[in-house]
Amino acid sequence: MKKALMIAASVLAWLILWQILAMSIDSRIILVTPIDVARRLWELIREEKFWKSILFSMARILLGFALGLTTGTILAVVSGKVKFIRILFAPLISVMKSIPVASFTILALIWIGSKDLSVLVSFLICVPIVCANMLEGIDNLDPNLEEMSRVFKIPFGRRFAGVYLSQLLPYFRSASRLAIGLCWKSGVAAEVIGIPSGSIGERLYMSKVYLETADLFAWTTVIILLSWLCERIFIALVNLLQRRIERM
Amino acid sequence: MLKAEKICKSFGDNTVLSDFSHEFKSSAVTAVLGKSGCGKSTLLDILMGIQQPDSGNVIRGSERLSVLFQENRLCENLTASANIRLVTGKRIPKLQIAAELATVGLEGIENSPARTLSGGMKRRVALLRALLAEYDILFLDEPFKGLDEDTKQLVMNYCKEKIVGKTTVFVTHDISECEFLADEIVRL
Repeated sequence: MKKALMIAASVLAWLILWQILAMSIDSRIILVTPIDVARRLWELIREEKFWKSILFSMARILLGFALGLTTGTILAVVSGKVKFIRILFAPLISVMKSIPVASFTILALIWIGSKDLSVLVSFLICVPIVCANMLEGIDNLDPNLEEMSRVFKIPFGRRFAGVYLSQLLPYFRSASRLAIGLCWKSGVAAEVIGIPSGSIGERLYMSKVYLETADLFAWTTVIILLSWLCERIFIALVNLLQRRIERM
Repeated sequence: MLKAEKICKSFGDNTVLSDFSHEFKSSAVTAVLGKSGCGKSTLLDILMGIQQPDSGNVIRGSERLSVLFQENRLCENLTASANIRLVTGKRIPKLQIAAELATVGLEGIENSPARTLSGGMKRRVALLRALLAEYDILFLDEPFKGLDEDTKQLVMNYCKEKIVGKTTVFVTHDISECEFLADEIVRL
């Protein structure tokens, strides 16, 4: 409770500072006040187009995240088992980690056009993060537990959940927490470059074209909230799974 | 059937087992007694098939094994109860596991993750896991290590009740444990 109050107080302090700064600059193009942003957000919420844009971008970014999570995990498991695959994919994963989002985006634009751009970009951002984290988890699996499960002849289902998943879930959680935030950032950045019709990225781009700073701040707030919400829901599901396994 | 024939095992220049032979009695508790570092745990590993001897043979059928390892080998992220159910499955209900834990002085810890338990608590959970599993041969490596005297007596009584009449091999350096539990003592 005390911690929550302190967080609320610090958020309020920053908002007050922002308000003072915006009032002293006194230019709605350079910096709008938080009150202007809240007002604009309230207007946007009542538009049907606002919700359609959210649905458009969220569906694609989360699809890219889900595909990346699955592919990254499978790649890590196979790499952990087969040394050749690990060596084969290591340079690719390193390159994927270092390539700027802008380069991915332009390449993806050439390959698949703008509509599903954020699916591919989110996917490409997610795969190396998940693969590297999960592979670290697989490398750190306790061989003594593997041996124990062999001696006791624990059936595969129970062994998978109790021995492997229980050790890998902390790695999966930190990987997905990191990846989901980056998927939102890079997915929306890709949409700003590719400008797919009806996306959040398009709305951000339009706010730049028409110098609508209040729109830019309002949409940025929406992106932050959506990213935070997706992370919270996903991590809560992972925690739920972990608790079920913990208590088998 | 469990028989060791002329088992030899060395680690570099250090010979830990030299021509060890013994036929372990079925439905009896055999204690392997010896000082620390004399190869007791290595012998247990060889009997279980975890380690291979340099020479000699272990003759064992396809019996189901249960084991208490020297270093517990609990899944740290699972609760005490889940660690036991990992081995027993749903054959033993959670309530019974809680009751068994209470019998060895571990009341109310069934839902505590293993990582939060003390060394002595972990030892008792690992012992319970071994005793409650379905097995034909039970191996126990220093089963009462790290327990204080009162707890040790409590756990030894519980253990004796559970293993009586079952093929059990346990290794220890403590002669009083052998005298209390074993039908037969083998000195290493």
